[in-house]
Amino acid sequence: MLNHLSIEELHQKLIKKEITVEDLVNESIKLSKELQDSCNAFDFIIENPKNYGVTDNLLSGIPYGVKANYSTKNILSSGSSNTLKDYVPFFDATAIKKLNDAHAIIVNKTAMDEFGMGGTGTTCRTGTVKNPWDNTRMTAGSSAGSACAVAYGVYPYALGTDTGDSIRKPAAYCGIVGYKPTYGMISRYGVFPFASSLDHCGVLTRNVKDAAIVVDNMKGIDENDMTTWNSSNINLYKSITGEVNNKKLCYIKEICDISNYDNPSDELVSHLNNFKEKIELIRSNGIEVDEVSIDKKLLNTVASVYVVLSCAEATSNMSNLTGIIFGPKGEGEGVFDQIKDHRTKGFSPLIKRRFVIGSYVLQRENQERYFKNAQRVRRLIVDEWDKLFKKYDGVILPVGSGPAKKLDDDSNTLANGTTILEEHLQIGNFGGFPSITIPDGFINNLPVGLNITGKRYDDANVLNIAYKIESLMDYKNQIAERK
Amino acid sequence: MEEKLHVVIGLEMHCELKSNSKVFSTGKNSYSDTANENISPVDMAFPGILPVLNKYSVEEACKMASILHCDITKYMLFDRKHYFYPDLPKGYQITQCTRPVGINGYIEYDLSNEIKRADITDIHLEEDAAALDHMHNTSTIDYNRAGVPLLEVVTEPCFRSAEEAIAFLENMIKIYQYTNISDADTKRGQVRCDVNISLANENNEYVTPRVEVKNVNSLSNIYNTIKYEEKRQKNAYLNHTEELVQETRRYDEESNTTIRMRTKVDAIDYKYFVEPNIPPYEISSDLLDKITKEIPELPLSRKQRYLNEYNLTLEDANTLIKNKEISDYYDECIKLGIDKIQAANWVTVNILGELNKDNSSIKDFYITPIYLKQIIDSINNNTISSKQAKEIFNKSIVDKKEPKEYLKENAQISDESYLRDLINKIVENNLEQKQAYLNGRTNLFDYFVGQVMKETKGKANPNMTKEILNEVLNK
Repeated sequence: MLNHLSIEELHQKLIKKEITVEDLVNESIKLSKELQDSCNAFDFIIENPKNYGVTDNLLSGIPYGVKANYSTKNILSSGSSNTLKDYVPFFDATAIKKLNDAHAIIVNKTAMDEFGMGGTGTTCRTGTVKNPWDNTRMTAGSSAGSACAVAYGVYPYALGTDTGDSIRKPAAYCGIVGYKPTYGMISRYGVFPFASSLDHCGVLTRNVKDAAIVVDNMKGIDENDMTTWNSSNINLYKSITGEVNNKKLCYIKEICDISNYDNPSDELVSHLNNFKEKIELIRSNGIEVDEVSIDKKLLNTVASVYVVLSCAEATSNMSNLTGIIFGPKGEGEGVFDQIKDHRTKGFSPLIKRRFVIGSYVLQRENQERYFKNAQRVRRLIVDEWDKLFKKYDGVILPVGSGPAKKLDDDSNTLANGTTILEEHLQIGNFGGFPSITIPDGFINNLPVGLNITGKRYDDANVLNIAYKIESLMDYKNQIAERK
Repeated sequence: MEEKLHVVIGLEMHCELKSNSKVFSTGKNSYSDTANENISPVDMAFPGILPVLNKYSVEEACKMASILHCDITKYMLFDRKHYFYPDLPKGYQITQCTRPVGINGYIEYDLSNEIKRADITDIHLEEDAAALDHMHNTSTIDYNRAGVPLLEVVTEPCFRSAEEAIAFLENMIKIYQYTNISDADTKRGQVRCDVNISLANENNEYVTPRVEVKNVNSLSNIYNTIKYEEKRQKNAYLNHTEELVQETRRYDEESNTTIRMRTKVDAIDYKYFVEPNIPPYEISSDLLDKITKEIPELPLSRKQRYLNEYNLTLEDANTLIKNKEISDYYDECIKLGIDKIQAANWVTVNILGELNKDNSSIKDFYITPIYLKQIIDSINNNTISSKQAKEIFNKSIVDKKEPKEYLKENAQISDESYLRDLINKIVENNLEQKQAYLNGRTNLFDYFVGQVMKETKGKANPNMTKEILNEVLNK
């Protein structure tokens, strides 16, 4: 087994010619097929990936996976949607182009909740993605296949996108690292949009340093994306020193304290206890961690603000899916019937529900009450977090209310996921904050994670702290061991 | 009792801008006969594309906002306007409503030599849709036009006749052309208007609901639209022939009428919201300074100058300002010191006559203002006749030689002592004729003139020749 190694280790072996690119790619494809049978992780597996050779670049010659919503030239890019089931782009997303330049090798397109809308990994056009640690559990989503494949050791990393928590939650459920950098650090050009003001590109890996290496190769100002910024003075990989003198974190009492939850499940109790233990561990290793308080009323708005804004932008962003220029052409008399048919047949019920919500909150008579108010509350929440970042290097919080949920208990829909514990990661998208999830333990033999979110443009600091915390625990580079 | 009604018109004028690339993509902005030649993935809304704002178009939009005396925003925002239509690849158009380029402006225009003022509600930058062509059982889409920058100028309901509306539009078209912001070529569909029409009574109270006629594309069609709606609404209001409602109509060229598209009840909710992919775009005061400096003197101001300061006729003034290059040429002549009226005559008659022969541009015209001055100066100091001047003008164009060259050959001999010596010599050699002349054969005077002309190859100044001859013969 080779692909369970870190990027640095693989690179050393390639340079020293102890292994070849073909060895890595063949193993990756073999594992992909194995995982496809057991967990249904992929939208498309590439049979003969191109090998551009090994260079000084740490990523050269190393296989990786790409979420199905990235445009990959000449490679099927469906967004896991039937509306694009045969869509093969003629151009690469900017992030893909950069990884191509690094001679990284795409071996598969990973399955996802259709167009990133969904947090379960159960709404992919190819079916449900199962958790590699326990096939009766979900991976969470929407970067379901990417999380599943990295946790299984198909390759050291896979690309994800994150609009609410779509990288960071599945990472926690699969026992790996999920990192979404500051908004605009990685170009979104060529990545299928869900909610443009919340969408982030990012990566899933098995250790923090790998995440830094990959994002170093993906980031940069892009003339095709006006929201990107110049980060040429930032080298995340080189900034990782493990030195954390004078670093300060905080956690939020209203989220982390068990007394906030009525009739907590055993899993929730264990999860929060585990988190408290890890906070003590962190404190005893030189990082100050304070408990802070945030108005519960404000915290309780997060989920609804997210629903209103993300659904509104989604219904707009997906208006290009008509079947006229690309995608299967709808049937019917005249163009409007054809568009209707294409969209009726192409989208899953979950997406249609969200379109209805999005249209409703944007209607002239509703806009002020829903959409504009949601934008205002988003600003209030971000202001509150900005205040925290004046004093703290990051906010540290547990991810979710425990380990991955059972697939037959598919209750993680927007309407039911109302607890702040399930939804607080969305704040990272509201503010465009750098945010990373790392594994922090096991409950009932299933991995759980914690998240660190920092201030905009402070990615290097956030990753360095995450790296330190990762090194205090035993979950680095872990591979899913199926029950 | 007969009510006195008048029509009230507001215009939304869309004009395609000149630029190298489209307003939100790198696709080429250029008219092409070949369909779908000038397109980028952005223009066809392939999944994952993002808009990138064309800075040049922003500057041109600011320039127009400045000409229209608008308040120009410090940070511009763009909005998405949603509707499904096959010519709109993204399913929304990127336009501006939350914070457009400029608001609250005005512009003066003239109608039958009277200055009027149009109030501007706002001016905003947006993208054009693709061009649809409908055949009998199929339609084609040409995405060359998708994403072409459009400037939309929205006026207050400030026009009280079709004539006023047309005069305003003509003035606007000239401004676009003078500033080179747009060719504003109505024949190529570069100017399109939504026309809002209703009736008001003597107290300026609206008596009919507003009717919007969408996408009318030539000045004559706009004129006809207003005239038709005025008649239709008056008839409906006064004779109750049909119920008037707030509605959207379209102009039908064949029948020269307007036809209902939809009423307010089923008006489209465009679900506008701010485009998240274009961050607030700053318009700095430096940029505005730079832009203001690029604005040339505008046609109305030139026309006023020609009429009031130069005392040109209305016809000449109108001819001269029709086109900036001609007006610039004329102004250059005045700068060189050519008489204003003479220059106007030469430009409007001879030069435009020449240019009209082959539709060529005055920019490429061989006779520059400096050359024209050589000719006009020679007329004014009597070295050539106006007939000769026209000949030199023509020869100069054909041979591509400076008029000066011909003036040398053509110049009259007005050197008195030279002529006197010559005449003395001729008379001495023709003493018989002199005697006969003195004896009463006065027609022999012409014989002597002929001799002088023969010797000088016809260049002797005829008046001077006659004077000297008279003197010498009668001595």
